Formats: sequence, structure tokens, C-alpha cells
Amino acid sequence: MDPLRQSPSPSSSRASSPRTFSCERLGYVGIEAVLDQLKIKAMKMGFEFNIMVVGQSGLGKSTMVNTLFKSKIWKSTMPGLRVPMPQTLQLHSVTHVIEENGVKLKLTVTDTPGFGDQINNDKCWDPILGYINEQYERYLQEEILITRQRHIPDTRVHCCVYFVPPTGHCLRPLDLEFLQRLCRAVNVVPVIARADSLTIEEREAFRHRIQDDLKTHSIEVYPQKSFDEDINDKILNSKIRERIPFAVVGADREHMVNGRCVLGRKTKWGIIEVENMAHCEFPLLRDLLIRSHLQDLKDITHNVHYENYRIIRLKESHALPRGPGWVNLAPTPSPTPTGTRASPGPGKVCRWAEDDSDEDF
Amino acid sequence: MQHPLPSDAGRHRGSLFQSHITAKTAHTSSQVSDHEQKQKDSPRSLTMSGHVGFESLPDQLVNRSIQQGFCFNILCVGETGIGKSTLIDTLFNTNFEGHESSHFYPHVRLKAQTYELQESNVRLKLTIVNTVGFGDQINKEESYQPIVDYIDAQFEAYLQEELKIKRSLFNYHDSRVHVCLYFISPTGHSLKTLDLLTMKSLDSKVNIIPVIAKADAISKTELQKFKIKLMSELVSNGVQIYHFPTDDETIAKINASMNGHLPFAVVGSMDEVKVGNKMVKARQYPWGIVQVENENHCDFVKLREMLICTNMEDLRDQTHTRHYELYRRHKLEEMGFMDVGPENQPLSLQETYEAKRHEFYGERQRKEEEMKQLFVQRVKEKEAILKEAERELQAKFEHLKRVHQEEKLRLEEKRRLLEEEIMAFSKKKATSEIYQNQTFMTPGSNLRKDKDRKNSNFM
Repeated sequence: MDPLRQSPSPSSSRASSPRTFSCERLGYVGIEAVLDQLKIKAMKMGFEFNIMVVGQSGLGKSTMVNTLFKSKIWKSTMPGLRVPMPQTLQLHSVTHVIEENGVKLKLTVTDTPGFGDQINNDKCWDPILGYINEQYERYLQEEILITRQRHIPDTRVHCCVYFVPPTGHCLRPLDLEFLQRLCRAVNVVPVIARADSLTIEEREAFRHRIQDDLKTHSIEVYPQKSFDEDINDKILNSKIRERIPFAVVGADREHMVNGRCVLGRKTKWGIIEVENMAHCEFPLLRDLLIRSHLQDLKDITHNVHYENYRIIRLKESHALPRGPGWVNLAPTPSPTPTGTRASPGPGKVCRWAEDDSDEDF
Repeated sequence: MQHPLPSDAGRHRGSLFQSHITAKTAHTSSQVSDHEQKQKDSPRSLTMSGHVGFESLPDQLVNRSIQQGFCFNILCVGETGIGKSTLIDTLFNTNFEGHESSHFYPHVRLKAQTYELQESNVRLKLTIVNTVGFGDQINKEESYQPIVDYIDAQFEAYLQEELKIKRSLFNYHDSRVHVCLYFISPTGHSLKTLDLLTMKSLDSKVNIIPVIAKADAISKTELQKFKIKLMSELVSNGVQIYHFPTDDETIAKINASMNGHLPFAVVGSMDEVKVGNKMVKARQYPWGIVQVENENHCDFVKLREMLICTNMEDLRDQTHTRHYELYRRHKLEEMGFMDVGPENQPLSLQETYEAKRHEFYGERQRKEEEMKQLFVQRVKEKEAILKEAERELQAKFEHLKRVHQEEKLRLEEKRRLLEEEIMAFSKKKATSEIYQNQTFMTPGSNLRKDKDRKNSNFM
């Protein structure tokens, strides 16, 4: 390599193909310590999680949320109390900060009273979709600011738990419509609510029918098959997919069973223990949502759903259902570009949208 | 709780004050009444009655990061032969590259190489960027510009990816420079002018950690004085080097003490020498052995610990949240975007984009028109020339035709004359033959007639 004959390129930043080295046999370097650094940073910043529960009234949504997080997030409505039925679908959010062993979690739960309760439930999913999109919009607006915040507050819905009433037959048209629309925008976890009214065999049959229905209508619920990255994920997630939708029972009262104090529902014919796998599948739901897949839920929301929203929003703003905070932007201009690319310069910045290949400036 | 650094306060603008408050209260457990709970922005703190299980959240995060792998980019700036490659080899315990660089490059170039390291289950994609030919030229005025350009180019690439519509940030190979190791030569006196200029132009773009290279050339006492001199020069010239963060209690103490040891005096070596009964990395001299990992001999262990074990994540964080954001802000402002429009209405990026796009299309239409006009004009000119040529050709043709005609007439004239002569000649021949026949019939008197005839025949 004759240096004098080489043409000088001031910033030749082509990296050669990566070579793999293993450090173990040569001694200690300390790269592992970066994991601890990550942990410290994460614990300092705290975590955020936003969950939405959707279902008809009386299916036990509030109780379920209270059971999941073992605290009174809401006062659960008891039957018999005169609670006025909301006339239209409302969205009601509550935010709490809970802490366990030094890990702080900012939890936001959004409830949807009035869903599916009217006579005519046409388009009852629109306010929900609008709410979800509004959160995406808020995040997007923060992200495209020039002076951004260090940590953009994340209010996007990470998971939507859909309560299916325990009819024992199959998914109803309302369920199908809703699931179809929502699965494209957010991670949906369907559960069979009030599962204590079904026997084990009925439960299994119902579950299979629901799974068939979902497959027929190509509704991809969480964990989505198309996002499995490697073989470990596939194995783990297919086990979960076999059991979706989970049959759950919620309870926030404690009773004595065999000397232990357990959460459960007391009936004349026995006590249904919420945390007993033989009785209901609540532990599976809790493990999925909190103990093993919480980070994954957030990642898929951020990398997939939010990106999809962003693409649509930046291309065709008019095609989305809108939340109340919508800002009407200038309409897209009519002249469609011809195939040629113009010379770079101040005009270079504007080549957004229309061409799908290589979208850069 | 992480308090924003004082320099960040300037970044929070008035319109964001509300959401800034929200971010703060989210991390404190504040007690508010049920009435205020109706608002979305005031979180309550709850106590749970049992074990929920989200303490595994940091582990989930770590697992995901392990799956994704880590990325770390080091830029080494220093003169040729000062020991950059050797130090990197020693830091990561691997022989990365073979050959030494030459001293005769006409310009400074940057050479980047990516390696994949693995230690237990952590995968690290390490990119080492070396300045080739730095400080070798006779005229060093342009020496630091390629480095600044390289760093900007990496930021630019990331910005482009972030601004795309269909982007994939989570599997984007982040090539932004996370740390710059600046190698100072061990003269023992002070910083060179080139060093000062380079560091000054780099300090707002990258985290700079200055190191004194080949520290085995300085004695202990000289080293102390040198360090003090260097730091005071840096401070007095306003160069902002990277200080290890001291806001987290677990590492605050050690970071603070390390901050006092900057710049680190390092020695690099991959050769192993037997000391005592162990093989250690060292440099062997006739007067002794300089051990790389001995804290009394040099600060190598401190550098390794600070760079890799304790602060790698913070370096990446600072690059992303401070240096990259600064670059992004400048770049976007340069392109003409603002956060606030003419009447102080918050202007979204997209509106500005739409406006610019209108403008751009208008500009392009105009250019198209211009080119069309030009084209038409050129065509007209060409046509005129061709017509001219045609006319000329026509004239020539006519002229030739005329000449041809005249020639033809002349020839006809000549032919006619010739034919007349031929006819006259043949008549005379005929009459002379008749006369000859008559003389053969009358012999006597014909002699004289013959003679006459003969004579007249000859006439």
C-alpha cells in the first residue's frame, strides 16, 4: 500500500466487515459490567406501563385490575349500588406509582365504561381507537420537536386487555369487529372473564372455538406470531398462544383456606382461589403481563405499532380516526412528483411521502 | 431521582414547562386528593398488599439488551506512533490490527473498523476509529477538520434514519462516536497548539477523555506537574472534557476520585513478561519492567475501569441525549424549521415541511419552464441554420443546371456545323463521280475537256 499514491479522502468512514473475537480466554476486560450500569440507570429512571381494559360492564374489569396489582386502583362497583350507566362510551384513566424492591413503576390504567352497553353499538370502538391514536400523536409531537426533552413521557397504551363474556359459544360479532380493528393498532390480550361460570371442559371448548375464530378472521393477538425473533421466543410464545385466551377470575377479598390466606371468591359451594392454577388461569395472565413480557409489550408498541402510526400519519393524515386533541395540519399539496430527482440544496429537505423507495433527504 | 443537569435547563422551553412538571411528579410519590385524581397528570402512590412481581422489570430490560447486543464506538485521536492501536489492543485484550501506519500521508484520514467481542453472554459491537496521519503534515491547519467532519457525518446518518418515514431504529447500527480518546504526547511541558485546537473543536460534539500516552517516558514527579499543567490549560481555554458522572450514589465516590486523576497516564503493551511467578503484560527495559496493570506504574487500570466497567452506558447516554440532540437542533434550525411560528403558535415540523414542499415544487415548476423555453429556443436556432443550408444548396443546384444547359447548347451548335460540312462534302463527292463517268464516253475532244474536267474536279 503506497501511501503517496492513495487518493486522500478526509473522512473515509467505511468500516470493514466485523470480525468476531472472544475475550474470555485472554483475560478480564469488563464488558459485562455494562449490564449492571444498565440496571442502575433503569432503576433510577423508573418504568412506565399503560394498560387499558375493555369489556362490557359487569365483567369484572376493575376487580381484575385490582387483583393484578394487588391494590385498590379503583373502587370496584358492587352490584346493587345505584351506579348510573354511562350513556356513551367514556374513557377513564388513573395513574399510580407503585414500588417494589426499589423498582418504581408508573402505572396508568384506562377503563372504558359503557363499552358495548348501548342498544346500538355501532362504531363503539372509535373513541377507543381515537384515544390510542391520541397517545401516539402526543408522543410523535414530542419526538419531532427541535428541542426535545431528555425523556419523552410515554402515555401510549402498551397493552389492551379485552374481556370476553363467558357465553361458552363463540366470539360475538361485536368482539370480532373490535378485535379486528384494535389488533392492528395495539397489543391485545383477550381473556375470558368471570370464568367461574364455566366448567373445565366448557372452558377448553370455548377456548378452542375462540382460537379458531381468531384464526379464521386473521386476528393476531399478543404475542404475535410474526414478531417472534428467534427459536427461544417461538417456543415460549407458542406455549402462551396455546392458552390464549386465559380464563380468569378476579377477586380482591381474602379468605382462609387450609390455614392460608388467599385471594378468592367465596360461594356456597366452595372458594375459588384466584392464584390456584387448577381453578383459574389468573397467574398466567399476571406472569404474561408483568413478570415476563412487560418489556416486550412496550418494545412492540414502540417499534411496531408506533412506527406504523407514524408512517400513516406522516403520509396520509386524513385516513386515521382522530382523538379530541387532533391538530389539523395543512393538506398535502396536489402536484404529484415526476420520477426525476432534483438537485440538492434547500429543496432537498422536502422529499417526504410519495415515493416509497429510499426516502431520504 | 435523576435531576436534570444545569445545562439541560436551557433546553426546556416555555411551552414544555407543563410536561416537564409532569415528568418530575411522575417520579416522586406525591399525595393528592381524590378530586385531583380526575386529572391525568397527578399520579398517586399506592401500597400493594402482596407481591406483584414487577421487580423483574430491570432483568427483563437487561435480557432484551443482551439479545440486541451493545454498540460502542471509540475514536482515537493522536499523532502517528503515539500508541493508539497498542492501547486499544491492551484495553480489550485482543490483537486487533497488524500493521503500523506510515508517516507520509498527505492528509488526515479516518479509518474505522468494527469488531464483535463477546464476554460471557454480552455481545459488544466495537468500532475503533483511528486518525491516520494526524500531526504528520508540515502544514497542520487542516488536520482536525476531517475528524469533525467524520463525527458530523455519523450524526447526520443517524438523523437521516430518524427522519425517514419508514425507519428501523431498533436494528440500526449506531455509528455515532461515543468517546474520543485524545492522546497527548509526554513532553512534560504543556499542551501543543494542535492539541488545543483539535480538542476545542471537538468538545461540543463528543465526549473527550484526554490520556497521556507512553507514560513510561515521564517520571512520577514530572507526571504530577504535567497533569496539573494540562488540566489548568484545558480549563483556562474552556475545553469541556468528559467528567465522570457523580449523581448516582453507588458510583459517585469512585467517579469523583477518578475525576481528580484526569488525564490518565497510560502505557500499552500486549507483550507478556514474567514478573515473580506470573506472566503479566509489561514493557521490559534494561533498567526495569513497566507493568501495565500495576497501579503504581501507570493509570491503565483506572482508564479501563472508568471507560468500560463503570461508565460505558453513561458515555452512550451523553452522546445520544446531549451531543446528538445539539447537532440535531442545529441541523434542523439550519434547514429552517422552528418550534414556534410567526405568531408564537406552536408550529409542527410537518407544517413547515408542507410549506417547504410547496416552495420546492414551485421552484421546480419554474425550472422546468425555464428548461422548456431553452429547449424550444435551441430547436428554433437549429432549424434556422438548417434552412439556410438548404437554401444555399438549392442555389448551387440552379447554377449548375444553368451551366449545364449552356454547355449543351454550345455542343448542339457545333454538331450542326459539323453535319453541314459533312453534307457539303458528300455532295461534292457525288458530283465529281458523275463527272468522271461522263469523260470516259467521249474520247477525242474530251482530252481537253478531260483536262478541264480533271482540273475542275480538283477544284
